[in-house]
Order: sequence, then C-alpha cells, then structure tokens
Amino acid sequence: MNQALNDLGESIASALPQAVLGMEQICDELIVTARAGAVVEVLTHLRDDTGCQFKVLVDLCGVDYPERERRFEVVYNLLSLRHNQRIRVKIQIGEDVLVPTVTGVFRGAGWYEREAWDLYGIPFADNPDLRRLLTDYGFEGHPLRKDFPLTGRVEVRYDETQKRVVYDPVKLTQEFRNFDFLSPWEGMNHVLPGDEKAEADGDEAGG
Amino acid sequence: MSEVAIKNMTLNVGPQHPATHGVLRLVLEMDGEIVERADPHIGLLHRGTEKLIEYKTYLQAVPYFDRLDYVAPMSQEHAFALAVEKLLGIEVPERGQYIRVLFCEISRILNHILNLTTYALDVGAMTPLLWGFEQREILMEFYERVSGARLHAAYFRPGGVHQDMPTGLAEDIAAFIESFPKFIDDMETLLTDNRIFKQRTVDIGIISVDEANSWGLTGPVLRASGAAWDLRKAQPYEVYDRLDFDIPIGKTGDCYARYLVRVVEMRESLKIMAQCLAQIPEGPVSSRDHKIAPPSRAELKQSMEALIHHFKLYTEGYHVPAGETYTAVEAPKGEFGVYLVADGTNKPYRCKIRAPGFAFLQALDKLTRGHMLADIPAVIGSLDIVFGEIDR
Repeated sequence: MNQALNDLGESIASALPQAVLGMEQICDELIVTARAGAVVEVLTHLRDDTGCQFKVLVDLCGVDYPERERRFEVVYNLLSLRHNQRIRVKIQIGEDVLVPTVTGVFRGAGWYEREAWDLYGIPFADNPDLRRLLTDYGFEGHPLRKDFPLTGRVEVRYDETQKRVVYDPVKLTQEFRNFDFLSPWEGMNHVLPGDEKAEADGDEAGG
Repeated sequence: MSEVAIKNMTLNVGPQHPATHGVLRLVLEMDGEIVERADPHIGLLHRGTEKLIEYKTYLQAVPYFDRLDYVAPMSQEHAFALAVEKLLGIEVPERGQYIRVLFCEISRILNHILNLTTYALDVGAMTPLLWGFEQREILMEFYERVSGARLHAAYFRPGGVHQDMPTGLAEDIAAFIESFPKFIDDMETLLTDNRIFKQRTVDIGIISVDEANSWGLTGPVLRASGAAWDLRKAQPYEVYDRLDFDIPIGKTGDCYARYLVRVVEMRESLKIMAQCLAQIPEGPVSSRDHKIAPPSRAELKQSMEALIHHFKLYTEGYHVPAGETYTAVEAPKGEFGVYLVADGTNKPYRCKIRAPGFAFLQALDKLTRGHMLADIPAVIGSLDIVFGEIDR
C-alpha cells in the first residue's frame, strides 16, 4: 500500500465525512467511494483543495453490474498536474436515478456524461445538453448495458424500392456463440455434501 | 436603403468533407462569416469497440486497439498491454521494453507527419504532404518488418512484444534517424516562416492552461499552452526514465504553437530512438511466463508442456485476477488511457477507452467561437483528431 495515497485518502475522508463512504487501494491507485448526491461537493473539494488540486477530469464512465441492487457505477478519474497524482471517485446508483452533473466543476465533463447516458442510460440532472452522442440518430436502448445483446437489435440496409436506408430486426446467419471457459475445477464455490467435514477435520489437524 | 434584419444561418459541414479529417458532422450556427456556435455530431464511425472487448479474451482484444487511432496504432496497444500487465503483476523483459519505446516513438513520428502535413494541406500547402508520406512509408515498412502488418500491427501484447526485431532492422532504423532531420528541415522551410501559413494559424484557437485543464486537454495541445506535462517524464513507464529527452512547450496556445510543439517533438523522438538503439540489450522480448506469453515455435516441436500452453493461450486465454486499473500512456495525440475492470475470468468485465481526441473535439466549440468559418479547418487540423479513437 502506498503511504502517500493513504494519507491523501485519509485527509479527503476527514474533510468530507458526510460525502465519502469509503476508500481503498487497488494496484497502487486510490479509489474513493462517494455518496451519489454529494459527488459535486467531492469533486469541487478535490479540484480546489490545496492538498489535492485535481484540476483535470481525465475520464468519466459508467460500469454496469446487473446483479447489484444499485446496478450502475459512475467512475470519475481525476489527475493532478501539480502533485502528479491520480485518484478515482466512484458512486453507485440504481436504474433511473438522477446523478448530479459535474459540468459546473469540469467544463469537459459534458460529453463524457452524454456518453454515459447514451451507452448506459444513466441520466445526469442539469447537464445542459444531454443528447445521445455515439449511437445513431433515433437509436433505441443503451448498448453497453450487460443485458443488451452484442449483435444489437436492428440492422440497416438500403432499400431499392423505397430509395432509402431502412432498419430491420437483426438476422443472424450463424447462431451467436459465447463459449464458457470457466473451469469447473477452478470456479467451484458450492461445497459438495459431506465435504465440509473433511475441511473441519483438516483445520483441527493443522491448527 | 432600409435596414434588413439578418438571421443567423445554420450550416451543416460533413460528414464527408476533406477538412474534417474523417467523418465529422459539424452543425455551425453562423452570423455571416462568424461562427456563433459549433456543434460536432460524432459517432458516425462508432463500432462498439468497448462492447466487443467485453466478449473477447484479453489477447483477442489487442487488435481492436490498432483500429482506434489508426495513425499511430502501437501507442494504443501499449496502454492496454500495460493495463493488463499491471493487473497480472508481470514484468516485461528489458529488451521488450526498449523495443516498445522504440516503436512508440516511431508511432509518434508517424502520427506527427500525418498531422502536420495534412494540416498544412488544409490551410493551403500541398508539398509537405507529398514529402511527408514518402517518409511515413519508410516507417510503415519498419512496422511491417517487425510485425508483418503496415498498420494493424497487434505487436505489443500483454507480457512483451510478439517477436524480436529481424536482423538488419536496427541498422535501417539508425539510417532513418540520420536521414529524417533533413525532411523536418525541408518541411520547416516550407511552413515555419511561411507568410500564408502563419496568417492562417497565428492567434487562431487560443486556449490557456487553466481552460485546457478544465476541458481535459492533454498532449501537444496542452503543452502548446505552456504546461510542461508529459506522462513520459511525469509518470515514466517502460524505460523512459533512463532516456534523455526534452519536453517542448509553446507559449501562445494557438494553432501555430501546436504546430511548433509537434515539430520539436519529432526531433526529440529521434533522440529517444537513437538512445534506444544504443542501449538495447540482448535477451528475451516477452515474458518467460508461458501462462501469459506463448512459447516459441521451436519449443512447440519439442515439449508437450509448451504445446499445452500454446493451445490454452489461444483458446481459453489467461485469467486475470479481479481488480481494476486506469493506466495511461502519452500517445502522440495526448493521454490515452484504459480503464480496465477484471472480474477474474478470461475476458475483461469493462474496458473504457479514454481517447485524447474526444476531449479535443468537445473543446472545438470553445476554440472556434467568434472565429471565421475558414478558421475551422485550421483549428480542427491543429487539434489532431482521428475518428477511430473518438467514436470507438
């Protein structure tokens, strides 16, 4: 664990006790989990505090965890040129829950929020221009969600009779293949009936 | 004559227009010749790279990175390879690191030649383009000799590089380092003091350091504003901390400064390449851990274990322990980052690609507001945008 990052995390958590829910380090990178409603407060503090000076919002993206109760994570990657440090702020939100926009803190956040809205359907409250960004005009659905099929739902072709591009439902000439490579020996979680006794015996013998 | 009320005109540029460097559709709100608002519509080259990567093994994801910024493919692969290596916790052998740096700088020159010369073409100078593409062809031959492909190399792989440099390549790169400054000088005689070029670029699209930070601009665009920030110096990866090179910065933050910064960066890249060739040690180019990097063809003929490794690597791939990382490299255009979330399987759970051009294009409205229509190609050219990486 990196001590400097640890100190930084402690100082942020003590400055914003209401807003910061937790912090951890993975691969020597500091990750701060914040309350979704307080994200503007947290990012403003990170930008303006003399010990932080995270003036660049490098990246903002969504991540989808469908099995969680609050399925989306919004991840803000910040960079401080002054202290040569990076930090990651994460918030967790459920579907159709508004996230406060951070365009007031970082001018460049606008398109990243549009992208997250487009690809995940995460709505950002008060974003001045929350249109779709990457997908087609009139596209339906949010393609980076885990429940959106990789092949999509519609395909386009030029129709000679109508003299325009038309949308058809996707027709796959070959069935979609997704191989399961999880090894039954490595990924097994459940204990076979009776096995727990062997485990307990082993512990006693070893302990 | 009575006064006539003039309405603002909305002008559509693109998506097929040579000055937009790809498939950019720009909706401009014009007051006569003055740009009131620029609204770029992107996504016309969207291929769903991030979604596709979630369905591919880590090794199969590498070629997608070539197709992002297809002007400098290896720099993108580099960011992904570093991210995977960080999660796996493996080291690249020294020779592999030097080859990576060498080819990163070749990519940088490839990128800057294309950008500077097409930029000159946009503002009215044709000759640099013709001269520059001759040089690019030499560099792409280096790409081909080392990886087998001129553009989509798939050469930097997690664990190292795919194969060692063929004999004779180092000598030819050394010869190129000797000859290339002549091209830079020639190009500079055509452009740097050219009256037309300066009239088109000086004081156009100015941005200050603070604004550039707020808009998330990185790379030569940020340095042209006066910030001495380069990830190769600030957060060195591979062997950049052992190499001696300078970071050029501009003072004015306009289109002309961005041009000058890129010219000097090409000269610095040559310095780095020469040092790499001088320092490069002998040895393996890829991790010796055959659970990650494949064994050599010769071993396959001899060893059953090597055969099993090879088979497993190219069918199942390797499992990356659960974790997440944001890893960035100084790509020729700016900070290219990969936010990679691994869940312990053989496929990435999430792979967000942070492209420098995305932030640049977002700032286009800020940079062009109040300028003339003819300045738009100059600003777009100086930002160095490529749609492969913006649309993903």
